[in-house]
Parts: sequence; C-alpha cells; structure tokens
Amino acid sequence: MSYLKSKFHHPNLARNELGLTYRDYEGSLSTLCAGCGHDAVGAALVQACFELSIEPHKVAKLSGIGCSSKAPTYFLGKSHGFNTVHGRMPSVATGASMANRSLKYIGMSGDGDTASIGMGQFAHVVRRRLNMTYVVANNGVYGLTKGQTAATADKGSKTKKGEEIMWGAIDLPTMALQLGATFVARSFSGDKEQLVPLLKAAICHEGFAFIDIMSPCVTFNNHATSTRSYDYVREHVEEGNITDFVPSQEEITTSYPEGESKDICLHDGSILRLHKGINGFDPQDRFAAINAIEQHRAKGEILTGLLYCDPTLRDMHDFLGTTDTPLNSLDEKTLCPGNHALDGINNSFR
Amino acid sequence: MKHINSVNEFVIRFANTNGTGSASANNMFAKALFRMGVPVSPRNVFPSNIQGMPTWFDVRVSEKGYLGRREGGAEIVVGMNAQSMVADVEHVLAGGYFLYDSTKEIDPQLLRKDITFLGLPISDVCRKEYTDPRQRQLFKNVIYIGALAALLDMDFDVLKGLISDQFKGKEKLIAPNVHALELGYQMATSNFTCPLSITVKNSDQVGSRILIDGNTACGLGAVYGGCTVAGWYPITPSTSVVENFEKYCNRLRIDPASGRKNFAVMQAEDELAAIGIAIGGGWNGARSFTATSGPGVSLMTEFLGLAYFAEIPVVLMNVQRAGPSTGMPTRTQQSDVLSCAYASHGDTKQVMIFPSSPKECFDMSADAFDYAERLQTPIILMTDLDLGMNDHLTEELSWDDSREYDRGKVLNAQQLEEVEEFGRYLDVDGDGIPYRTYPGTHPEKGIYFTRGTSRDEYAVYTEKGEDYVRNMERLEKKFATAAELLPQPEMHAGNAGSKVGVIYYGTTDHAMDETFDMLADQGYSLDGMRVKSFPFGKAVDDFIKKHDQVFVVEQNRDGQMRTLLINELEIDPAKVVQVTHYDGMPITASFISEAIVKNIAIKPAKKKAAKRG
Ligand SMILES: Cc1ncc(C[n+]2csc(CCOP(=O)(O)OP(=O)(O)O)c2C)c(N)n1
Ligand code: SF4
Repeated sequence: MSYLKSKFHHPNLARNELGLTYRDYEGSLSTLCAGCGHDAVGAALVQACFELSIEPHKVAKLSGIGCSSKAPTYFLGKSHGFNTVHGRMPSVATGASMANRSLKYIGMSGDGDTASIGMGQFAHVVRRRLNMTYVVANNGVYGLTKGQTAATADKGSKTKKGEEIMWGAIDLPTMALQLGATFVARSFSGDKEQLVPLLKAAICHEGFAFIDIMSPCVTFNNHATSTRSYDYVREHVEEGNITDFVPSQEEITTSYPEGESKDICLHDGSILRLHKGINGFDPQDRFAAINAIEQHRAKGEILTGLLYCDPTLRDMHDFLGTTDTPLNSLDEKTLCPGNHALDGINNSFR
Repeated sequence: MKHINSVNEFVIRFANTNGTGSASANNMFAKALFRMGVPVSPRNVFPSNIQGMPTWFDVRVSEKGYLGRREGGAEIVVGMNAQSMVADVEHVLAGGYFLYDSTKEIDPQLLRKDITFLGLPISDVCRKEYTDPRQRQLFKNVIYIGALAALLDMDFDVLKGLISDQFKGKEKLIAPNVHALELGYQMATSNFTCPLSITVKNSDQVGSRILIDGNTACGLGAVYGGCTVAGWYPITPSTSVVENFEKYCNRLRIDPASGRKNFAVMQAEDELAAIGIAIGGGWNGARSFTATSGPGVSLMTEFLGLAYFAEIPVVLMNVQRAGPSTGMPTRTQQSDVLSCAYASHGDTKQVMIFPSSPKECFDMSADAFDYAERLQTPIILMTDLDLGMNDHLTEELSWDDSREYDRGKVLNAQQLEEVEEFGRYLDVDGDGIPYRTYPGTHPEKGIYFTRGTSRDEYAVYTEKGEDYVRNMERLEKKFATAAELLPQPEMHAGNAGSKVGVIYYGTTDHAMDETFDMLADQGYSLDGMRVKSFPFGKAVDDFIKKHDQVFVVEQNRDGQMRTLLINELEIDPAKVVQVTHYDGMPITASFISEAIVKNIAIKPAKKKAAKRG
C-alpha cells in the first residue's frame, strides 16, 4: 500500500533557491516498520537534495529489491524512480546513465541486494565509475524476507534466534576502494549531522560515490547480541574525518586552525571541508583509507565519515567518449546515416 | 569412371584445420563465383575451438539459385587436413574429385576407384618458395584456390581483383598473393587436363544482390534504427552483432563538431547486466538493445519479465545455436522459440520476429526499435547461427530517407501541460498501450515510479486482486495490438489452393523453394507460408484453417513452433505435423520433402511431363 501525504504546507516553511520547501522533496508515506533505519536514510536524502536545491525531476532514483530498495518510493516523490530486480540495479542505472547523462542518479540498495545477489553488478558498476550516488542501507540482515543473515553481518555475532554467524563479513567500502570508486564514505542512519553533508558531497561528486550506511533493522536485527543494532552501532562508531559541505555559491564563514582542516574542491565548485578528528587520515590516499578501515575493524569499531575522495578522476562517460547531448534526445537526423551511406556499404559486400 | 558433368551446379567442400587462415581463402573462392554472377551459399562448419581442430567450408554453387544446404556429399572436396581425411574422401560423390596436398603420399587404403584424386605437392612448393613459416602456411590456401581457378575454369581476373580489394592499404601484399594464385594455377595446368568435367562460367543470376552475413546486417539495422545504447556479453554466435554495431557507429555516428560519440556501448560483466543496461536505456528514452545466444537468453529471463510487466521498450537479438546448455555452440538451431515466447516466470509473453535473410535482419532490426517503443515491451529478434555467421546472397540494403522513427506514446512537457490527467498505465486509446514519459521531462507532471510489482493505472503499488487482473487484461489487449502491428506472414509464390500447407520460418526458408520444386516433381502441390512474427496474426490462423493438413518445418527436436501454434491458436494437434531437423546443420530440401512425402494425406497428381532443369 502507498498512502498519500497531506499536501498542506506550513506557510513559514523554509524555501531553497528554487523556492521549494522540504515537503517538495518528500515521497509517499513510508510503509517500513516504525523506527527502521532506512526511513532516516530517506529523510537525510530529502534534506540533502532540498539543501542543494536540486530540481527533483532531474533526479532518477533506482533500486533493487528489499526493504531498503522500497525506500525510494518514500523520498523524492517528484523524481522518476525504478524499482528493478533483486541485485541488478547497477546495470539498469548504467543503461539509464548511458541514455541520459544529464540527470542525477541515486541508487538505493540493501546489503543483501548489493553484497550477495548483486555482488557482481556492484563490483562492475564501481569499476566503470558510473556517475551516481550509490547508497547501501546496511542492516546486516535481509529485512524483506524476514531476518536471514546478510553477507555484511559480522562473523561471531548472533542472530535474533541466537545462532552464531559463521561466515566472514564483506566490507563494502573496502571493496569499493579496491575497485576504483572515486568517493567512498560510511555513515550511520542515526547521525544526520554526519550523513547529510556526506550525501550532499556524494551527489555533487561526478563519478561513482559510494556510501555504506549502518541502517538498523528494528524488527529482525536490533537485539543485544547483534552488531548492527542501534545501541551497538552508536557505541562502536568511530568518526574519522568530520566533514562540512560548502556549496559552490556560499561564502566560507567558519574557520579552523591552520593544519587542522583540508578542503577538497568538487566538480561543481562546492567544497568538502574536513576537520581531522583524532583518527584523521588523508582521505585522498586510498591505501590509508583501506588501512584505517581494517585497523578499526580489528578493534571492533566502525569507522565512519569520508573515507576517500578523488574529484579529479574520470567517469564512465569520459571513458566512453559520449557526446554531451543526452542520447535519448537525438533524432533520426543525427542518428540515421541515410540511404546514400548504404551505397558504399552495399558495395563493400560485392 | 563416369565423371560428373556440371556447369555452375555443384557443392565444393574445403576441409581445413582451424587457425590456419583458410577461412579468408575459402571466402575468396565463394566471392569470386559471386562476382562472376553465379549464386553461391557458403557455409562455415567450425568447431568450438581456436586452433588445431578440423573445420569445413562448404560452398554450394547453384545457377538455379537454390541457397539452402544440400544433403549428401560434395562433387569436389579440397582435403587439406590429414586428421579428417578419411571422412573427407568418403564425402566425395561418385564421379567427383578430391584435391589434396600430395607432399605426403596419401594412404593407399583411402583410395577410391569411383572418384578422381588430384594430388598437388602444395607444401613442398611452399617450402621452396617461402622461408617464413607463417607465409608457408597462409600461401598453401591461396595456392589451392589458384589451382581451382584452372581446374574449374574460373575467371582469373576476378580472383586478382579480389586480392587487390582485400589488401587495400597493404599493397605490398598484393603481388605475393597473386604470385601464389599463379603458382597454384600453373601447378594444376601442368599436372592435369584443365578444366575438369565440372566448371563454372559467368552468369547473370546474382543481379544487384550482395553477399553479407546476418550479424553484420543486424548491427547495421541497429545503427539505422537509431539505437544509441547497447549492453552485451560475448557469446558465439551473437558476438559479431554488437561488434558490428560498434564498428559502424564508429564510422557513421561520430558528432562532427566534438568528435564524440552519438552512441554508447558497454561490454557488461554478464548477460544479466547486458540486458539490464538495455532496459535502463529503454526506460530512460534511448533506443537500446542487446544480443545474445542460448545460455545468455536463459540468464536474461528474469529481466525480460520485468521489462514485460513494467512495460519497458528493449530489443533483444537472439542468434540461436544448438542447445540445451552449452549444446553445440558452433552449430545452428531454432530451438529457443518456446523459451523466448514465454520468457520469464508468471504469465509472460514476448514479442518475436523471425528474419530469414540478411536483408530481413537489417530491416527487422531497424523495425524492432519502432515496435519496442510503440508497444513498450521487449522485442526478440530470432535469428540463428547459419544466418548470423555465414554470408548469404541477399537483396541490397536500402533505407527510405523520409522515414521517421516511431517513438511510440511518449508525452513531452507541453503535452503534459495539455492532458487532463496522466496515468502511466491508463489505457486511453483502447489498444492496451498506455502513455509514458521520460524521466526529467516536467517538474510536476507525468512523474511515476516504475516497478515489477503490481500497480494501478496511476503506477501506485497495489495488491488488490481486481487491480492486478485489470492490468493483466490490458497487457493481453496490448499483445493483440502487437499481432496487427508486426510483420505479416509471407505466402509462398506458388500457392494454388492446395489442401496441404507448409509453415516454416527463419532460415528454413532457404531450403523451401527447392523443397516445393522437389515435391512438385513428385506430383505434390503444396501451399507455403513463412511466419514472420509472434503473436500470430489472423493470417496465420486463416492459413491453418484453410488447409486439411499442415506441416510445420523447423530446426529443433520438439517442434516448438508447432507447439506454440497449437497452444496460441487452439488448433487440433492431429492436423499439424511436425518436420524437425536438429543435428546442428542447416535443414535441407531433400530432408523436408522426404518427411512430407512420408506423411502427406493427399495422393500425388500425375507426374509432370516437363522435367526441371
Ligand atoms: C531473484 C530473487 N531472489 C530472492 C528474492 C527475495 N528477496 C527479496 S528482498 C531479499 C533480501 C533483501 O535484503 P536486503 O537487500 O539486505 O534489504 P533489506 O530488506 O534488509 O533492506 C530477498 C532475498 C527476490 N526478490 N528475487
Ligand atoms: S523489516 Fe527491518 S529493514 Fe524491513 S522495514 Fe522493518 S525494520 Fe526496516
């Protein structure tokens, strides 16, 4: 079921540069369980897009199958969306982007959707550096099929039924880093302060931006022996680089002592400003990022924040050499070589 | 010994080892006859292997214009492979010729009294002439072509012309190749009385036709049809479809101002991703396709169901090969008819079109994009290995420059302003086809969510049984609309109101003219119909109703088209007789006519007096 939300707008609601309010970025009423992390992820996306003044209809939302993949219905109701098949959103996103490179692509997936059935497609969409924001709502469990363990669940932690998880966990940010993602971050659905600027940066980044978001499943994986429960995640999060997002038009007002901040300038001129936390490392050093993730993992901590960003690397369309005009807008005049070209072609087969 | 006497009417088989460069020489032979104006149908019979295995190249030469494979042996065999020599000698018809490399003496046990052995010391000559081992190998092939020129009385200038065409830009190679041809020619004239009792002569039977393979024509069709997005994964025999698409795009689709590409091709990680890419492109308003074969189709089925149910235009070119599983990957069949017709779980039905010649590959590939966008559903082009990978004599390609692409029911921003209401799955026109919008069209209107789950007319998720049923019924209506839009069956030119009909499709067509002639020789007059699309239109139903007995000829074991006809048109199975050929080689006229005569329910008319030439 999908419910319609009331269209009532409070007259004093803040408006962005397009004159739109936060409500213009919402979707239909969520049918996820109350308290599900995925709704918070959706809300953070709404806020990020609102604050970035993105035209909602210039965004395409894509997902696979799962509770997390249902979430796109509940944000950005004025964007086209495509709920594809389980684990195969990356290929559909690839084709969509090939057809029209001018839209913003936001993919929403789950840990089952990405780290199990969709592992192959995930690996390859990273390799191709598709210009998109790829969000995994990571809850360590299959929500929609009622509680089976996901491949991201920590070895040795226990399921709700008390069974110990035998298999080693897949760390998606590490994979993304190894396979060539140009923006990699991890966050927590319960930490909007951190999540929203990261999402904004990911959306502005031109290239493959991956965010692994701890997004607890209140129904099947929020028990005391889980390592993906709200309590556990809150207690074990270790914030790495703290990030501010400064949009391109905005003046930089806050200042930090010399040497404690670092700016990364994104394609559209906006700036990612990092303050080194206690565990700070250079997020433009891929090896350092992989190292830091592993070190924290060994200590039982979940390293969050911006892990890596290189805004200078090329994306899929640069590699393909595609024209700037969206391919879906070209007509027969441009596309069809016409009958005269067939003369030569026919002759080459004589 | 009685020699076979023939002009322009024979089969020649080249027996080689794969990886030795024989294919280009053998092609040159076929092309030379083609340029002499003689109808030819070359067929490469090759193993699923890269180097060292036996491979055969059969050329049927037929002044009468029969383009199907011919059953039985060959008049001439060029036996260049010791591995397959026993079978190759056996393959020669009594009174025929076996040309071989006599550098090594032939096993006397192989000798036959009823055929002529033509031994030429080809390797020996190559060893003396060339020092480079690769050249020694390659020129062997050219030498036997030169020898054939003398033996068959071929137009030597045509061969020389082919060599200069082949090495355009690499002129240095022309002289040595012509030299090798001449070597072969001289060897033949000095060793044998030339020409043989089998010869070729210039003819006018080719006309304006061209010699091209189906995969190239499909790739070109996609270029002309305005396809801009392709996802694919390599698999024999479909690989060269997308390779050709890309090759011609690189020639014809570069934006002159920027030098950038007006197309995008992605080699995907597998067939799931390949069709996912095509579906993503189709959803987003670009003409998109993928091509695959057997195992790839199996992998694509989940996505085909999504595209059917979510109503996404996409084109899939299926170059069929022998299954099941890996089957015989380099042999031909028409065995994906059922798996494609009903591809995916649930009540899915897919649109199929069946080309039978490269010309139709070109036309139907281009048309497929119109059908896909008009019908908002996958269109599966059902070609096969024989059509896709072999050169065929076919009408020259042409394009109507006044043609506009049918982009289907798509609303732009202005139209969205004007329509009273937009429902993505509303059947406004009563043809079952709703209106769609591309993402990004309008800030407020025409926005919807696409999904493979059930939804109502306004694209809102629903699990209400009646909503689901209404939608499924509309999809049925759309399928009925498709039957009218798709290419209608082609009635055989000789139809004269017989009580017995023959239905066939795709490459079986190549054998059918000859089949009808063979049947006529035995006093049987039959009506023929070539099916070109699924869902079947009224004409197909009428044809079956009009005949008391109907043969369905196809290249698979289970009579898949017959099953589909019985199932979809509710035909009495007793009325339709299957004629199936599925050993991986293209079906032949003698096979079909024998099977028909064995089962036909009418008596032959008195034998015709006039014998066919
Ligand atoms: C091919 C296929 N296999 C299985 C399923 C059933 N299925 C639906 S969702 C899901 C798991 C979803 O888990 P996850 O991606 O982690 O999302 P969550 O529900 O936890 O957010 C499975 C196995 C399916 N839809 N398709
Ligand atoms: S089952 Fe878990 S993942 Fe699914 S909606 Fe409920 S809380 Fe969220």
